[in-house]
Amino acid sequence: MIRTLRILAANPLSLLGLILVCLITLAAIFAPWIAPFPTHNGAVVDFLNNNRAPSARNWMGTDLVGRDIFSRILFAYQISLTLGVVVLAIAVPIGTMIGLLAGYIGGWLEMILMRIVDVFLSIPPLVLAIAMMGVLEPTLTNAMLAVTAMWWPWYARLVYSIARGEREEGYVLAAEVIGAGAGHIAFREILPNCLPAIITKMTLDMGFVIIIASSLSFLGLGVQPPTADLGSMVAEGARYLPDSWWLTVFPGLAILVAVFGFNLLGDGLRDVLGVDE
Amino acid sequence: MTLLSLNGLTKTFETPTGPVHAVSDVTLDVQAGECLAIVGESGSGKTTIANMILGILAATSGEITFDGQALSAKRSAEQRRRIQLVQQNPLSSLNPKRSIGASVRLGLDVYDIGEKSGRWGVVEDALDAVGLSGDMRTRAPASLSGGQRQRVSIARALACDPRFLVLDEPTSALDVLVQARVLRLLNDLRVVRGLTYIFITHDLAVVRNVADRVAVFQSGQLVELGETTQIFSAPQAAYTRQLIGAVPVVDAAELNLRNKLAEGV
Repeated sequence: MIRTLRILAANPLSLLGLILVCLITLAAIFAPWIAPFPTHNGAVVDFLNNNRAPSARNWMGTDLVGRDIFSRILFAYQISLTLGVVVLAIAVPIGTMIGLLAGYIGGWLEMILMRIVDVFLSIPPLVLAIAMMGVLEPTLTNAMLAVTAMWWPWYARLVYSIARGEREEGYVLAAEVIGAGAGHIAFREILPNCLPAIITKMTLDMGFVIIIASSLSFLGLGVQPPTADLGSMVAEGARYLPDSWWLTVFPGLAILVAVFGFNLLGDGLRDVLGVDE
Repeated sequence: MTLLSLNGLTKTFETPTGPVHAVSDVTLDVQAGECLAIVGESGSGKTTIANMILGILAATSGEITFDGQALSAKRSAEQRRRIQLVQQNPLSSLNPKRSIGASVRLGLDVYDIGEKSGRWGVVEDALDAVGLSGDMRTRAPASLSGGQRQRVSIARALACDPRFLVLDEPTSALDVLVQARVLRLLNDLRVVRGLTYIFITHDLAVVRNVADRVAVFQSGQLVELGETTQIFSAPQAAYTRQLIGAVPVVDAAELNLRNKLAEGV
């Protein structure tokens, strides 16, 4: 762990990614304490100060009802990161389990599981999420559900392809000859060899999940007002471009910084952990 | 005393282009305590026979008997434990993500050998027994040389307390000096622990040094079986003569020089 961090820090881009991810995470956790206007996360109006350009009082300006955009971005990071963590916490174990079973055990199980995965992969992810959100209520929980449903197959594919290669390795044969059970071989022998690729993909995916979640709320299908969310903030502001540019540009930049940070960190981890794509 | 016997052992693989007879009607006995070499070119069925003995593959027909009991691919834990394997490639035969101690310990956990608390001690003893030091158990395979890794593989097999080892080209991936040391280790272990070996190889020089008897295979059939000295001095089958004829020969002058150099070592 410490060794990984040290190698990571030696590469300036990876270090930048690590710093961005840490800053965003800290900002999200401590949002209620560091936001200049902690109440502006919710249904607050301040028409005296509405639609103001960036100033010393409001670093990133205020929105149409006078809420501080900087404060709202900090709270929106809470939503984005929670969504990313929850989606990956559900999608990764499911995908990994299915990929391992299909890759190690093979046979008819491999046929059935991987065809199901193919079906999910053949649907464009955003379309699947939009369809699901159209049927379900547009809430944060359902947005998580929709994004999770489209995310696990990628992990199943990834782990499957690694596990299928590892199954031919001598150490798997050795464990079989010794008489170890399938559970031991899949989870204790093969899984550790899939972990670097999984961890790298998770880091990269945090960025993508944030984009997809923002896209959903941009379309009005995700987190609902008045809760602060990067996607819906961009959507609201887009109508007032270019005059009130701060309504769109700062939330947009916030998405960019988060995605950029996770991608840089993911690329760095890939180099450190020796994963080839 | 016969420890393992193959009786009419046959393995046929069904392929899209028709059946392939990997092993055809092989009958032979392995005596307790001996080292039987199985030689033959690639595709002669050596590894298929090994996999059937190990229970990785089920025989199409014929039977295997071990210590008087029938041995099928679905075997008891006790039967599985007594027949272990040392593989050819020491690079891939150890899990790169597990410490060598964890690899050696696997058999102890699977067969519930000894008290749980004492198993690391057993692992260290097993590493000591193959000429490594016990405190290496926390190291990753990547930090070991090829010869050391092969010693770990041997320790892993021995941890299960086997009676019979299938050695699938255990030295062919090693350089000559390391090869000699590993062969010496295997020979010592056989004597000390009363083990029986099947030694699969295509290196006839190795066979000459380690094997008591030799079984020669060609296209899945046993073409010749006999004492090592007899096979090398008076091979009967044409294929055996071909194999032995293919071994590079040293002339008398070179042999003298080699002996002198060996004395100096």
